Amino acid sequence: MTGDLAIVGYGLSAIGPGVGIGLIFAAYINGVARQPEARGMLQSIAILGFALAEALAIFGIALAFVFAGN
Amino acid sequence: MSPALQVPLLASGSHEFEAPSTEIFWQPLFGTEGALAITRPSILALISVVIVVGLLLAGTRRLSVVPGKGQMAVEGVYNLVRNTVARDIIGEHHFRRYIPLLFALFAFIYVNNLFGALPPFQYPTMGRIAFPIVLALLVYVVYHAVGISRKGVGGYLKGLVPSGLPAWIVPVVFLLEVVTYFVTRPVTLALRLFGNMFAGHIILVLFISGAEYMLIDGGLLLKVVSIPTFLMAFLMTLFELLVQFLQAYVFVLLSATYIADAYAEEH
Repeated sequence: MTGDLAIVGYGLSAIGPGVGIGLIFAAYINGVARQPEARGMLQSIAILGFALAEALAIFGIALAFVFAGN
Repeated sequence: MSPALQVPLLASGSHEFEAPSTEIFWQPLFGTEGALAITRPSILALISVVIVVGLLLAGTRRLSVVPGKGQMAVEGVYNLVRNTVARDIIGEHHFRRYIPLLFALFAFIYVNNLFGALPPFQYPTMGRIAFPIVLALLVYVVYHAVGISRKGVGGYLKGLVPSGLPAWIVPVVFLLEVVTYFVTRPVTLALRLFGNMFAGHIILVLFISGAEYMLIDGGLLLKVVSIPTFLMAFLMTLFELLVQFLQAYVFVLLSATYIADAYAEEH
């Protein structure tokens, strides 16, 4: 079986953001359940946090393709 | 199971499956000498501008207090950017100047992202990194220009560090903030949009071309398995539609956040 170790690196780099995004949306759901009227405000904060956490995984996939085949 | 039995079940065709690679994004149409070429994404970017301008003109042609369907749709999108992004994040006082920038960014990015799922385009323009880089550079110049014109170069750099820190930690925090403002922010802004569109397109191509290969070249077992694979491709397309909207929204949201940071009196 052949493959590229860089893609495994992408898999590893996706673990952290995966956990982080899970925590962010868990907190968002908790917040909305406790205070439904705060939904609008919480939503944009949650999406902002999601975007920031996701950046790490995106770095991973970009670098995986940069280093693939080297 | 003996190898003789396995072969007709799994593979009957002669050629092997080739997984999609980054090559699928290079689609020149005219002028392929050297690196310069009119490519499919550059044509799509032009088409998207025509579509955005056409939709906006059609939606706002006869403006009335009681809006029709077209005007309602245009106002809905406009209100999303104006109220939930620009006003809530930049603040009551300064947000009006940035509505044109943010709305144009949102409309352009969203239509280009939708091209990733809409036939006959089916190519996310932002999957070529040049397009997100240009958009991120635009935002980069805008938020630095806002900060410097309001506080001056010295004041802007000084404003990066929160006040009230112990003196020995100030250089460290300053270095971190400079890297954040001048490197991390523009790079992540461009890479996030690019990475999502790029990865989404590769996933779709992988599922669809894989299912097609299994259906045409595969043995009996693979032909059966190709049906859930096509279903999965359909589900991924729906997921992509969500991601396409979310990424356009996140791009303007972060742009607005960076502009708001440039306005903030203190970090």
